[in-house]
Amino acid sequence: MRRHRLAIGLGVCLLVGTVLCTLWVYVEDWLPVSYVPYYLPCPEILLLFRGTVTHHTLRSTHSPLPAGQLHCIWASAGRTGYYEKQRPHHLADSRDGSNMKLQYKGEKLFQPVAQSRYPQPKLLEQRPTELLTLTPWLAPIVSEGTFNAELLQHIYQPLNLTIGLTVFAVGKYTHFVQHFLESAERFFMHGYRVCYYVFTDDPTAIPQVPLGPGRRLGIIPIQRHSRWEEISTRRMEIISQHIAKRAHQEVDYLFCVDVDMVFRNPWGPETLGDLVAAIHPGYYAVPRQQFPYERRHVSTAFVADGEGDFYYGGAVFGGRVANVYEFTRGCHMAILADKANGIMAAWQEESHLNRRFISHKPSKVLSPEYLWDDRKRQPPSLKLIRFSTLDKDTSWLRS
Amino acid sequence: MPLTLPDTLGGKPKCYLLRPVTFLLIMLVLVFFGAGFLSPRSPVLWSRRAGAGEAGRESVGLQVVKLSRMVYPQPKVLKPSRKDVLVLTPWLAPIIWEATFNTDILNEQFRLQNATIGITVFAIKKYVVFLKLFLETAEQHFMVGHRVNYYVFTDRPADVPHVPLGEGRQMVVLEVPASARWQDVSMNRMEMISSFCEQRFLREVDFLVCADVDMKFRDHVGVEILSQLFGTLHPGYYRASREAFPYERRPQSQAHIPRDQGDFYYMGAFFGGSVSEVYRLTKACHQAIVADRANGVEAVWHDESHLNRYLLDHKPTKVLSPEYMWDEKLLGWPAIMRKLRYVAVPKNHREIRNR
Repeated sequence: MRRHRLAIGLGVCLLVGTVLCTLWVYVEDWLPVSYVPYYLPCPEILLLFRGTVTHHTLRSTHSPLPAGQLHCIWASAGRTGYYEKQRPHHLADSRDGSNMKLQYKGEKLFQPVAQSRYPQPKLLEQRPTELLTLTPWLAPIVSEGTFNAELLQHIYQPLNLTIGLTVFAVGKYTHFVQHFLESAERFFMHGYRVCYYVFTDDPTAIPQVPLGPGRRLGIIPIQRHSRWEEISTRRMEIISQHIAKRAHQEVDYLFCVDVDMVFRNPWGPETLGDLVAAIHPGYYAVPRQQFPYERRHVSTAFVADGEGDFYYGGAVFGGRVANVYEFTRGCHMAILADKANGIMAAWQEESHLNRRFISHKPSKVLSPEYLWDDRKRQPPSLKLIRFSTLDKDTSWLRS
Repeated sequence: MPLTLPDTLGGKPKCYLLRPVTFLLIMLVLVFFGAGFLSPRSPVLWSRRAGAGEAGRESVGLQVVKLSRMVYPQPKVLKPSRKDVLVLTPWLAPIIWEATFNTDILNEQFRLQNATIGITVFAIKKYVVFLKLFLETAEQHFMVGHRVNYYVFTDRPADVPHVPLGEGRQMVVLEVPASARWQDVSMNRMEMISSFCEQRFLREVDFLVCADVDMKFRDHVGVEILSQLFGTLHPGYYRASREAFPYERRPQSQAHIPRDQGDFYYMGAFFGGSVSEVYRLTKACHQAIVADRANGVEAVWHDESHLNRYLLDHKPTKVLSPEYMWDEKLLGWPAIMRKLRYVAVPKNHREIRNR
């Protein structure tokens, strides 16, 4: 009997051990804080990063990038808030659908560009008033005159991309949706497939705006919070969860913008990149010591005096959907860590966004043309304002 | 005879339970941590495997990595780094000039991904004499601090010099047949690189740089050049207009480019990118060369003409300025070149070719 008991005990213990190790493997970001429900990943995420079979026989010159094995280690923010395990994961070719449970839309770059007539780029040019066009880490800073829109159209159009655009219209901010969507229909990614994702607490308040072909609107209900700061900081969490649940299947690139803005001029494929940030219009001419970073050491968004490249605006960011997922999750974790310490960063998620963009440099930066404040006088260095604020009474809106 | 144990535990001495419970706990702990470390998704093992594994290769260089805290001057939006030259192509690819980039940031970005860079060089027949200087200067200036694999293609493996290599750097000598004509030697490089891409490079390196051997490194050539596909501006034509570029102009050739087309004239002596993109490029160029041979046509600048045709259709993601490909004897040292990084070694063409 004693041996039986021992055997049963062993069996139970093995069972428990297996269960626990399965949990360990799948729930790596299990943190000893009370906010556990917010980042226990939903089951779909587990399937998100399942891999395909590798094939390394490159068949033809014009075949797309080979479908590689999707290795995804679960990124976890450590207990202290900022340790990230980076992992290689990349988009599988959608043609290998048979191997994949869930897949990102395939990456299809480097198709031959159909010939278009355009002037020769002038290598030696003297231009007096100019913006910086390349960051020190060789990310392009996009502004009018740096790119040829037609050429980029030739490069990107054949890739059949779908671009997502998220906006939050909570409370009285639903008033902006009409004008926002109409302007987006005119100027945002014209000629591409677009998915608008409107997050709102009142789906009935979202107007019916006629959309062009290949463009659709998704209205996602969210919970309303009493404080506007709370609504603002929750955006990172909501976006990351939305990507995991839905957007990763529907779009290749995703932009996250504020709703109280309008598109005034074309916003096209020049903005597409792995991870895209936009320079805040109020701080592009200012030394880094004057950037409104979070300066309290206790916050996870803390930026020291000698740190920082640009002050990026929280109203525009984006990139490949996988990278936006990582980015928003990282910000969300940092926001939660701050919350656990009872602190809210100076400019809410914009502070966290800036902190993260210092350590995870964007691969493309948009000049203030892509995020302008209409109350400011347009300087000659900014030739074409494409996306700017709508004058509004913030006190009424936030009540 | 085993003792039968009563159901209740009442009256049992406490130490009786201690053993199985301790055993249970130890088993639990072992299984738990063992699985944690041995699991294929374990981050500890993973970082080692990702470095050696094939599939991790595709995404090196494209990842967004987390950088540590660094101190460097602030980039100023209203102060371009270079006012005298173009630093961004119309398709938003950076053109790499001195002062446009911060080496520390880039080095850290690539070190964090443990990038391995392969460099192919062809030392056919008498060209083996250039190897020593090439390798010695590469050791000083090329991708210092990163993992480098030199792939030396030669028909004379015995003549390959022994150059001491730094840590994380190794040389692989690949024996290949030599063609009689130097033009064929040059063009066959495309075929050889593409076949070795499949055979080896895909598994061994993340980025591939294809360089000429009759050159030497004089200044820093680092990870700033790395991207999916890069070409280098020919030092003789960076000022010229596209009509003057020595593209292949005969429509019969696959490398034909009409007079009103063309961005830059790229040099065949220094190009590269991710292994898959270099594979595609070399394969396409090789196929074009074969098609030309079948039609009895040889492009005016051989593989360089085909390279230019390819890069016109498949825009490179980075363009290297002529700092990365210079000939001081022919062109001097103009002020626009703040650094001369990779320069021609003087050679007697008649002596060295076809021998």
